[in-house]
Amino acid sequence: MKKGSALGLTAAGVVLTVGLAACGGGSSQGNQAGQTGGDKASAPAAQEAFNAGVDKVFNPSDAKGGTLKFAISEDWDSVDPGDTYYALSWNLVRIYGRSLVTYTPAPGAEGRKLSPDLAEGLGESSDGGKTWTYKLRAGVKFEDGTPVTSKDVKYAVLRSMDKETFPNGPTYFNDWLDLPKDFKSVYKTPDVNTDSAIETPDDQTIVFHLKKPYAGFDNFAALPGTIPVPQAKDTGVKYREHVIATGPYKFEKVEAGKQYTLVRNENWDQATDPVRKALPDRYEITLGVNADDLDNRIISGDLHVDLAGSGVQPAALGRVLSDPAMKARVDNPTGARTWYTSIIGDVPPLDNVDCRKAIVYGADRVGLQNAYGGEFAGGEIATGLMPPSIGGWKKLDLFPTGTGDAAKAKEALAACGKPEGFETTMAYRADRPKEKATAESLQQALAKVGIKLTLKGYPTSDYFTLYAGKPEFVKKNGIGLATNGWGADWNDGFGFMSQIVDSRTIRASGNYNLSVKDKEVDALVDKAMLETDTAKRDAIWGQIDQMVMERAYVLPSVWSKSVLVRPQGATNVFVTGAFDMYDYLGMGVQQ
Amino acid sequence: MVTYIIRRLIGALLMLVIVSMVTFSIFFVVPRMAGATSEDFANRYLGKAATAEMAAVAAEKLGFNDPVPVQYGRWIKGVFAGAEYDTGASVEQCPAPCFGYSFVKRQPVWPELIDRIPVTLSLAIGASVIWLLGGVATGVLSALKRGSFFDRAAMSVALAGVSLPIFFTGIVSLVVFSYGMGITAPGGAYTPFEENPAEWAYNLLLPWITLAFLYAASYARLTRAGMLETMGEDYIRTARAKGLPESTVITKHGLRAALTPIVTIFGLDLGLLLGGAVLTETTFSLKGIGDYAVQAIMTNDLPKIMGVTMVAALFVVMASLIVDLLYAVVDPRVRLG
Repeated sequence: MKKGSALGLTAAGVVLTVGLAACGGGSSQGNQAGQTGGDKASAPAAQEAFNAGVDKVFNPSDAKGGTLKFAISEDWDSVDPGDTYYALSWNLVRIYGRSLVTYTPAPGAEGRKLSPDLAEGLGESSDGGKTWTYKLRAGVKFEDGTPVTSKDVKYAVLRSMDKETFPNGPTYFNDWLDLPKDFKSVYKTPDVNTDSAIETPDDQTIVFHLKKPYAGFDNFAALPGTIPVPQAKDTGVKYREHVIATGPYKFEKVEAGKQYTLVRNENWDQATDPVRKALPDRYEITLGVNADDLDNRIISGDLHVDLAGSGVQPAALGRVLSDPAMKARVDNPTGARTWYTSIIGDVPPLDNVDCRKAIVYGADRVGLQNAYGGEFAGGEIATGLMPPSIGGWKKLDLFPTGTGDAAKAKEALAACGKPEGFETTMAYRADRPKEKATAESLQQALAKVGIKLTLKGYPTSDYFTLYAGKPEFVKKNGIGLATNGWGADWNDGFGFMSQIVDSRTIRASGNYNLSVKDKEVDALVDKAMLETDTAKRDAIWGQIDQMVMERAYVLPSVWSKSVLVRPQGATNVFVTGAFDMYDYLGMGVQQ
Repeated sequence: MVTYIIRRLIGALLMLVIVSMVTFSIFFVVPRMAGATSEDFANRYLGKAATAEMAAVAAEKLGFNDPVPVQYGRWIKGVFAGAEYDTGASVEQCPAPCFGYSFVKRQPVWPELIDRIPVTLSLAIGASVIWLLGGVATGVLSALKRGSFFDRAAMSVALAGVSLPIFFTGIVSLVVFSYGMGITAPGGAYTPFEENPAEWAYNLLLPWITLAFLYAASYARLTRAGMLETMGEDYIRTARAKGLPESTVITKHGLRAALTPIVTIFGLDLGLLLGGAVLTETTFSLKGIGDYAVQAIMTNDLPKIMGVTMVAALFVVMASLIVDLLYAVVDPRVRLG
């Protein structure tokens, strides 16, 4: 029997060895996804190198044709431009929809700059920044050949504000447009005059009126909500089943939760579109692909891109970083996202700034970086809440970034009247191993200075609505610390900071700002909103970041990085600074 | 026999009602015990930027302010009479059997479940044929050649099959056979049987074999144990003494008796798989009931979770009933009534 068992195990071992060898063998020899032109001579492949697609274009080409194959392990909120709040979706939507302005399809920081898209130019402000006017390009059509007018843009913006029908998208237009009080939605109050918010004096002009000045309105104009929707074709919640395209591609097949395919839109005219090259003939997007399998398929060349753009899974991480050939296919951008711990002052003794500082001093910052996956997959040790890609960022040096400063932590504890330490509870998302590791790292590090943490995990799905984001629950359960993370809607101070430092955003539940409740911070937020000079405005957001750190409202862990595997057989591959993932607008297929 | 079936069908129906009540309670009563309000429930269906006012409106519209029995009654009514859902822009119809309406995906649950059943059915039936034939045949041969090299090798492989989780064997198989050797279809490939039977079988071959490997292992071990026990019984000796051919002794007298526990476990296994082969479907990215369940749980989409739970329970209850009926066929000692 022993002999037989050994034989069986040996056989299994052989299978596994072969399997793992194959896993590691993801070299350039694999099948290349999308290489459909068998009769065409292949162009020489560009030289692979680590980060070759981060600040420059990898494998540039204007060759058209082929199929770009995307996949994602989960579904996202919606393909309806008025009902989506995912970065991947805002990146993708540009292939079938044209917003007034959009992010320049260029690598790195250049990708954060706005370019006119449906509009002829960026917005022209008047009335001290309360009125914004855009002129639409002539000749832009919907996929059915109908000309796009400013009324289609107005309708699209107004419909996206109906949160009963489209709950997923952002609410910037709801919050800022000067709408009449009796307007409910385009469906419920279609006859209410909304010219006080949006005017369309002619078919090519649209004018937005805000309740208060905002100098960064072009960022609103870049939202997918400004992608025109023809009122006659609007089917409410069903519009996601057939979005009417204005971009170079239109939907051929929509199978919710399974698959989307997009083909060329014959009514898109390159002459009206200086932003897009429209290289591939077709996009195939498969949903619900096993995340590990998805990585393996990208490595082998069977797929081009993980649409999520958040990097490979832990199973593939060691393989792609340890094999030099594979590492040469890796891009490792830093994103506009910070993972941090909120230090909640509602719960004594954390209402005392020195007690909060004791936590920041005592934390093992290297341990926190490792908890999030280390230097490559986790990110850079964060010294502030605001990540480096946000305008106004400056490197702060307020707290040590090593493995914890016990002496300083004890000094802070003495200053807050708790020289022997104190006890508090830390919440984290139980189904997120990185956050669990963060909580455990903090528990171990802070125990050394006498701060005892009781860890409590809560499900991600209800984390903000029922637990850490619900002030009543937080106070009742004595939660002093809670893991948190935030990514920018767009890369300026307002886009990143406004929802997580302004105490006036806090409501009964569903909060993301768990700990910054400071009137001085609120006043600075107001000051930044009113400042029309970009440099001065950015400087104020930098000042807010410094104040949040000085008052120890948060303990930042890392500015996130992701390990992206560069696709084989794709051209114009680069990471856009707008979304910190591969740009889906400019990518083509190797011919 | 007819009385027995009617009695069992009533029992099955009662079981489904109990399952629905328990599931409903888990998702709608337990969170309230933990302090969840109607607005908290509504927030699950709202976007990141929802205000308190929006949550209050949604809670009222979705009926979360009603007593839980009323909400449950509305759900049951929908199953038998259909329901209507106000989506803001329009009122969506959810015809009977309406197992709920997903406010996350903005569509009724039942049509999507129906759409996914063929995938799960294809996977479960194909794999079950392989594991039943392979497992039982291996078990019989192992029992008849007890102690031989074949017996030891087969039982060692069976041990590996039982021990290795499918998310491991599945991923390794895909890497080796699909992406390495290119002889099987990649993950996510599925062609409906009615479109192209050959492609249907080709695309499902690897998931079938991987899933069957797991189950065949335990079936081989079970069959072997059953056969060893049966072949030592007095009536087998009697059959041989009567001069019956060995093949008749093995198949008609030995295997038939050894099959009784196999039928039991096969029915339940198949029922469970039809309710969603969660690991296999997610490993091979197949859009079946199991994948649907995972998506529902990941997005906390309660109507979907309710729907998929009921379908899974229905399959298990029906499988259990069929197994009991098959007993009478397999084992003449069993009489139903």
